[in-house]
Amino acid sequence: MYDTAVTEQTVDQTTTKISARNVQVHYADTHAIRDVDVKIEDKTVTAFIGPSGCGKSTFLRTLNRMNDTIDICRVQGEILLDGENIYDPKVDPVQLRAKVGMVFQKPNPFPKSIYDNIAYGPRIHGLAKNKADLDVIVEKSLRRGAIWNEVKDRLHAPGTGLSGGQQQRLCIARAVATEPEVLLMDEPCSALDPIATGQVEELIDELRKNYCVVIVTHSMQQAARVSQKTAFFHLGNLVEYGDTGEIFTNPIDPRTESYITGRIG
Amino acid sequence: MTDASIPSASVPDGAPSGRSSSLLTLDGRVRRRNAAERRFRMYGIGAVAIGLIFLALLLVAIVRNGGPAFTQTFITVPIELVEAKLDKTGNRDLDEIKKVSTFGYKPLVVDGLSVLLTRNGIDNVLTKRKDIAKLISASAVGQIRDHVVANPDQIGQTVEFRLLASSRVDGYFKGRVSRESLARDKNLDAAHLDIADALMARGALDRAFNWNFILGADASESRPEQAGIGVSMLGSFFMMLVVLALALPIGVATSIYLEEFAPQNRWTDLIEVNISNLAAVPSIVFGILGLAVFIQFAELPQSAPLVGGLVLTLMTLPTIIISTRASLKAVPPSIRDAALGVGASKMQSVFHHVLPLAMPGILTGTIIGLAQALGETAPLLLIGMVGYIASNPPDGIASGFLDPNSAMPAQIYEWAKRADPAYYERAWGGIIILLLFLMSMNIIAILLRRRFERRW
Repeated sequence: MYDTAVTEQTVDQTTTKISARNVQVHYADTHAIRDVDVKIEDKTVTAFIGPSGCGKSTFLRTLNRMNDTIDICRVQGEILLDGENIYDPKVDPVQLRAKVGMVFQKPNPFPKSIYDNIAYGPRIHGLAKNKADLDVIVEKSLRRGAIWNEVKDRLHAPGTGLSGGQQQRLCIARAVATEPEVLLMDEPCSALDPIATGQVEELIDELRKNYCVVIVTHSMQQAARVSQKTAFFHLGNLVEYGDTGEIFTNPIDPRTESYITGRIG
Repeated sequence: MTDASIPSASVPDGAPSGRSSSLLTLDGRVRRRNAAERRFRMYGIGAVAIGLIFLALLLVAIVRNGGPAFTQTFITVPIELVEAKLDKTGNRDLDEIKKVSTFGYKPLVVDGLSVLLTRNGIDNVLTKRKDIAKLISASAVGQIRDHVVANPDQIGQTVEFRLLASSRVDGYFKGRVSRESLARDKNLDAAHLDIADALMARGALDRAFNWNFILGADASESRPEQAGIGVSMLGSFFMMLVVLALALPIGVATSIYLEEFAPQNRWTDLIEVNISNLAAVPSIVFGILGLAVFIQFAELPQSAPLVGGLVLTLMTLPTIIISTRASLKAVPPSIRDAALGVGASKMQSVFHHVLPLAMPGILTGTIIGLAQALGETAPLLLIGMVGYIASNPPDGIASGFLDPNSAMPAQIYEWAKRADPAYYERAWGGIIILLLFLMSMNIIAILLRRRFERRW
């Protein structure tokens, strides 16, 4: 049902949020990402697809400098967020990550209460002046994460006690609580069952109204369902990037076609 | 392959036919493999059983040898504090009273014992009348004198004193001394034992729990009945304070830096290797290091718990660092990612999320390290804490850290070294106390781990 919907969707705006120019990533001696140039649009869901080890997660992590935590990782080239190079020496990665939130493959709530999970980001960034403010932020974030109705009666129960799908939506709510502009999602549904996946996908579609969403996925069906733009990575190269409908119905590059039809990957 | 399996599947009831094998009979290979597994299990059970047997033997030996140290034989003696001997002037002048040394009290004890014997209708069968005093500990005269100095108004009255029996008499009631063994002993005769038996029967002599052993100070070589482990326990306590105050913050800070912040390079590798090696360095090496650095170079006082604590800190640090690093490593990286992902700084992610999760492991490691330090003797040997006899508990906190003292394991070693078999019993008793401390520290470690453990 989503497949048909996607082709009909049009991208409302075409403002570029992130633009990468000639990005190279090295892990020690391995050249993991080669010459990637891409413009990611605001208020759009962009999907990165490709076989395992193709560099899509690595590239996603360069977008909020999570790669900085890996000692042997080097990034070259420019990544501009609203025109500012995030690899400029003056940029503090901590400040950047408040703007570019991230959701991980495995749901990873803090072993604290649901409330504290959401409130942690706003607290350390000083977004709430008092308890009442914080309550408002927590409720708003949980509503955005489409999980408010399920947890509103047990905000002080541990976040780790939720089911996998609920945990992942909690993590999404946690990511939006710091008012980011971009949301990066690294295979957010790979640890979830189909029903939870459906709920998270609906949520991603909803989030598109307010955020620039970039999602890495192994499932081509998922990419087709949730994204408007798709980028296909292969062996560290960005092979093809375009409207999702185009990529899936009429790919230009033969490698994309092989992957989509299941011959490689 | 499929061809082969079809006929074998069609064989009814597993009857073997041709080359196909039945599932109901074991082939030689499987039988050998099962036998090997059974043998291995037997080895394991055997090893566990041997371990348990040794543990049981150890515990039985400790309790049997050390248990008697917790009781002591006392004799209640009515002693007349004769004014003519203790206060010749009669004006109760404390300075005058203090001039009478413990030697002057000896006749009073002999008289008191004689009175006790007559009162109970026991004959003094000893050839020399004053030999009766050998029933009583040499510490008795000191005890009486202290009482008189504290209560000069009681001079001239008869006061009932509960005096320690001498270690031979005590040993007789504990089964350590027999009439045969006294034949070669100049300190006591068999006749003394007859008197002691009679006194026991009349209730003037009794065996009671010995608080002085737990709370008291060590005594001279000839008075094992008076020796206690309390003061060296305080020495150990002050050392542990030093170790805790230094090793925990230094160890945890080192581990956090190495585990979370330090770049991976040759220097950090070198540091890591050396920390692991330090954990295996014999403790006496730390002792000689402490002697050279803290006493000879820094000129800190000898035999002081402060120095002992510093040396033990050096020894405990590698243990704490290794266990802290292990527990930091055990925190799943997804938690760090989660914290960094919402824009926490490295330090915030460590202190808000990683450290609380690693806490049970850190506390356990620290307590195990402390327990190890508590039982350590060899380094104390070199800084003069072994063999020192502290006769009084420290006056205050500063004196607790700086005045010469001993430590529990050092005290045990000291007792085990002494010739009198009564000290042998004390040494075992000391081991019981030390083991109780170690056991309670381990229980605290387990409880803390349970209490703080969280799931993710």
